[in-house]
Order: sequence, then C-alpha cells, then structure tokens
Amino acid sequence: MTLLTTAFAAIICTVIWYKNAPKDEMKIGILTLMYWGATLMWLIDGVFEYAELGAEYFTPAPLDMLNDFYLGLSVVALGLVIWLIVLLIKDPKGAVRAVLFKKTTSDSKN
Amino acid sequence: MACLLVPATEAVVTTIVRKVMVSKEQQTDTQSTEATLDHAEHSVTIPFTRKLKWLSNMLWGGSALLAFEHIWHGEITPFFPFLTGVAEGNAAGVLQEMATTGVSMAVLVTLVWTGMVAITNAMEKKEQSAAIAAKQDV
Repeated sequence: MTLLTTAFAAIICTVIWYKNAPKDEMKIGILTLMYWGATLMWLIDGVFEYAELGAEYFTPAPLDMLNDFYLGLSVVALGLVIWLIVLLIKDPKGAVRAVLFKKTTSDSKN
Repeated sequence: MACLLVPATEAVVTTIVRKVMVSKEQQTDTQSTEATLDHAEHSVTIPFTRKLKWLSNMLWGGSALLAFEHIWHGEITPFFPFLTGVAEGNAAGVLQEMATTGVSMAVLVTLVWTGMVAITNAMEKKEQSAAIAAKQDV
C-alpha cells in the first residue's frame, strides 16, 4: 500500500509537471523526482518481500493494509512538506522576498 | 533495517561530485573567451551537472521518505546506535540487508537515471542535427 500510494503521488506529480512544462515555477520537478526515487526504492523492498512471502504478499491482513495506507499518506505529506520548504527557500517567484522586504506605507513616508 | 543507508551514501557522493563539477564549470566559464562559439550546439545541450541533480534529487528524496518509514516501524531510534537491529545484536543482519536490498535500491535508481540520461542525450543529438540542418539551409 505504501508503494502504491507513493507511485500514485509520483504519477500525479509527473502529470502536473508535464502540464506546466517547460515552466517549473513551483519546482514540481523536485517533488516528482523525490516521489519517483521513493517509489523505486519501495519497489525493491516489495520484490524482496515477495521473494520471501510469495503469493501471500498480495493478500495482506486488512489491518496491515490500513496501517500501510496510513503510512503511505504520511509519506506523501512529508514529501509535500519537504517540497514546500525547498520552494520557500529557493523562492523562484520572489514572492517570499517581496513580502519580507516590502516597505509599508508608513516606512515609505519616513 | 538500514537499507536506506546505501542510497543515502550515494546521494552524499553525487551531491559532492556535483558541487565540485559546478565550481569547475564556473571557473572554465569565466576563463573561457570562446563561449560564444558553437552557440547553436550549446543551446541544445543540457549540462551534465543538471542531469546529475536528477539522480541526486531521486536519491535524497527516496532516502528521506524511506528514513521516515524506518522511524515509523521503529527500526531507527534517535539514540545511539540509532539502528534497532544493531542494538539487538543483529549487526550481521543489518549489513546483509544493506548489501542486498540497499545495493539493489541504489542500483535501480541509478539504472533509471542512466535511462533518463540516455533518452535526453538522444533528444539532444536530434535537436543538434536539426539546428545544424536549419543553419545550413540559411
């Protein structure tokens, strides 16, 4: 479930990135690569688990599945938080700098 | 248990290599006075450092999210020796997982990146030949 959740996040991000390409003002490319990296790593994890469990790998207990889905959603949220931090630090649109260093009307009068 | 340490190490290496290459590129850019030559060729070439950043982003992102999963499952702890497997005296198991799962993860991500670079190189060559053909037509 974690693998599936991350894979869907990676696919959705890739579609959004492609839709806005060649512009990447929101740095969606970083988020896309991050999710694809995690998806590939979990794929390997899944292959090793399948080699160990066999067909049982595809029939997890409902509680395990729910826990894995919960983990998957948390992973997606963490990825979004990391992306948001990178976006605000790199500030490609200059919005943060504009807000922080904006002179108020009282400042401009003085 | 500690499989993420292998791709994380690769991420550190690629980041350092990229930083060194970027500084060298900047040095050659300032020294070179022939930057304007072969402009058509340069305009369709993606620097290798940019391609290396794709690998770096995949490795860092994947390792960070995998680290979170390991914390979730209690395999990583905030205190020494940081790995539950090592604390329980199963260092051999940890090393074995790093050698199998960890190496496979790093290899797969690198293979996918190699494929991405190969496709981009082919696209670059196509663009270059199209640009040269357009130049010759004029």
